[in-house]
Amino acid sequence: MLQVKNLNVSLDNLILARDMSFSLEPGKVNVIIGPNGTGKSTLLKTLFGDILPESGDISFNNATLKRKHLSQWREQFGYMPQDIKLDIELSVLEVVLLGKLDALSLRLDDALIKQALTALEKIGLLHLANRPVNRLSGGQCQMILFAQALMRNPKILMLDEPVSALDLHFQHVLLDHLDTETKQQGWVTLMVLHDLNLAAQYADNLLVLKDGNVIASGHPSDILTPALVKDVYDVNAEVTKDAYGIPFVRTIRQGFLPPKTNSQTHRSPSRTTAAQGLRNVI
Amino acid sequence: MEYVPVDREFMQSDLLSDAISNQRRSEKRRWSVIGILFIVLIASFVLDIATGPSLLNIKEVANALLHLVGFPIEVDSTTKVIVTNLRLPIAIMAVIVGGSLGVGGAEMQTLLNNPMASPYTLGMAAAAGFGAALTLYVGSLGLSANIAVPLGAFICCMLAAAFLFALATMRHISSGQLILAGIALLFLFQSLLSLVQFVSSPELSQQILFWLFGSLSKASWTNLTIVACVISVCLFALIQDAWKLTALRLGEERAKSLGVNVSQLRLKTLFIVAIMTATVTSFVGIIGFIGIVAPNIAKILVGEDQRFFLPLSFLIGAFLLSSASVLSKVIVPGALFPIGIVTAIIGVPFFFWLILGKRR
Repeated sequence: MLQVKNLNVSLDNLILARDMSFSLEPGKVNVIIGPNGTGKSTLLKTLFGDILPESGDISFNNATLKRKHLSQWREQFGYMPQDIKLDIELSVLEVVLLGKLDALSLRLDDALIKQALTALEKIGLLHLANRPVNRLSGGQCQMILFAQALMRNPKILMLDEPVSALDLHFQHVLLDHLDTETKQQGWVTLMVLHDLNLAAQYADNLLVLKDGNVIASGHPSDILTPALVKDVYDVNAEVTKDAYGIPFVRTIRQGFLPPKTNSQTHRSPSRTTAAQGLRNVI
Repeated sequence: MEYVPVDREFMQSDLLSDAISNQRRSEKRRWSVIGILFIVLIASFVLDIATGPSLLNIKEVANALLHLVGFPIEVDSTTKVIVTNLRLPIAIMAVIVGGSLGVGGAEMQTLLNNPMASPYTLGMAAAAGFGAALTLYVGSLGLSANIAVPLGAFICCMLAAAFLFALATMRHISSGQLILAGIALLFLFQSLLSLVQFVSSPELSQQILFWLFGSLSKASWTNLTIVACVISVCLFALIQDAWKLTALRLGEERAKSLGVNVSQLRLKTLFIVAIMTATVTSFVGIIGFIGIVAPNIAKILVGEDQRFFLPLSFLIGAFLLSSASVLSKVIVPGALFPIGIVTAIIGVPFFFWLILGKRR
């Protein structure tokens, strides 16, 4: 279990974690949501040991994160940062192989190559294996970096906005695969997502971050409400549940209130003011 | 038009074995490039020994070299003396120095994530030049000039590296800032060098100028042994980190995520490059452009997998300096043209081609 206790982090006088505490269980997909600049990426970097907290403890299976044992701490991690640019003259296969950096020698082992190719096959990108990585699209690079993170076979997997450049198909390929592997391998998976509906579909545990605090956590169906969306993002939203009980968030553009009954005439809203928007539907 | 879903049948097992054989083929191709460059370098090396005031033919040189490594071949004694005592140390020095400058540039570019970085552009060579000039100006303080001048160059070069080192250890110092600091060092040491030349007598100023031009003629078996030992150890240390250095090119954050201790690798590599640059510059003077040009050609030919990139940068650097050595002897027949000038003349057009090529 990954445990965070009374964590305080600030960068350039900006407080990004204020006495933050939470724990993450293995075999579960944990998703962090929250507004921009609220410290989601900083939290991942702090857990990875890249940013020093001012105070507080981070521990995993009774081992606490300490500066002098940073290399051993990081060995347990697979971490996929936000940046997806791959400006390097290497093949896709070679980039994926770097995920097993410690096992690589001057002569590449056939077994390792097969492992990397299998990782690519699982996410449907085997056909790109020998292509130069600097000629791929942003979305393809993101999938390649996901395959690289999987190659590490980590105990803790952290992903910072892993679907930001992906089309609908690959969003689901990546998240389905992540969900399956997390459950099969017993990983502690923690990822930052902006799409609340993807978060609702894939999170076993949702952590809502605002002003350096976890203001809500739990299963999406328990905590995703219009009030929460309004509080966190200052956006009006409807939250309905589908046949499986998964919440669906439909945001409502500013200045527009949905009709109360089906019989009312639906007119296109103007963007100007809330009052005008209200007149449009009444 | 109505959308009709398409049935896709992937032959994944075929794709898997194809991908493995493609990877092996790509590796074989890159080894072939290295092999070809090695043969080209040997040719240039033999030509370098053959050219000079008394022109030897290739067969004579080849026989002398084979005789030297133990083949029972009869060789003319004059040819043997010219090859063994005069030309061979210079030709080997050209290969080692050129190779070291190529590798130094390759690792600086890897470390700083910038194709324009090299020990030369970061002021290390200028610092060595200043050190040599200062030693010539102040005097050798009881040491022989053959030892004092390289030592002065070595110390100053390491001081410049130590400054970059100190910056590199600071948190929040980006690669871009490190490059800017290096360029500032370049200007600083060039100014200091001009100052030493300004206050020196015309004779001393000329001596400094000749040192700065760069010359392989100071090569002897003794200093060649020192240079060869230092460079071999450095190259061995670099190749051990080949995969980590490849990972570093993905960006510092990503390299960390793959388990690389980035600050330690950065310091270690910077230290090795500084030792290599200081060693070769202190014995042959300032030779520019190889550090930038060689890695950029290597990148085009074999990509950035350091298992291939590093040896090829060495071979291209070695070939460039070896062929520059040949050119320096044939431009003005009977006279030795300063090799530092020749490398820049070869390097500049290529550099323009590279920049314009990238824009295209």
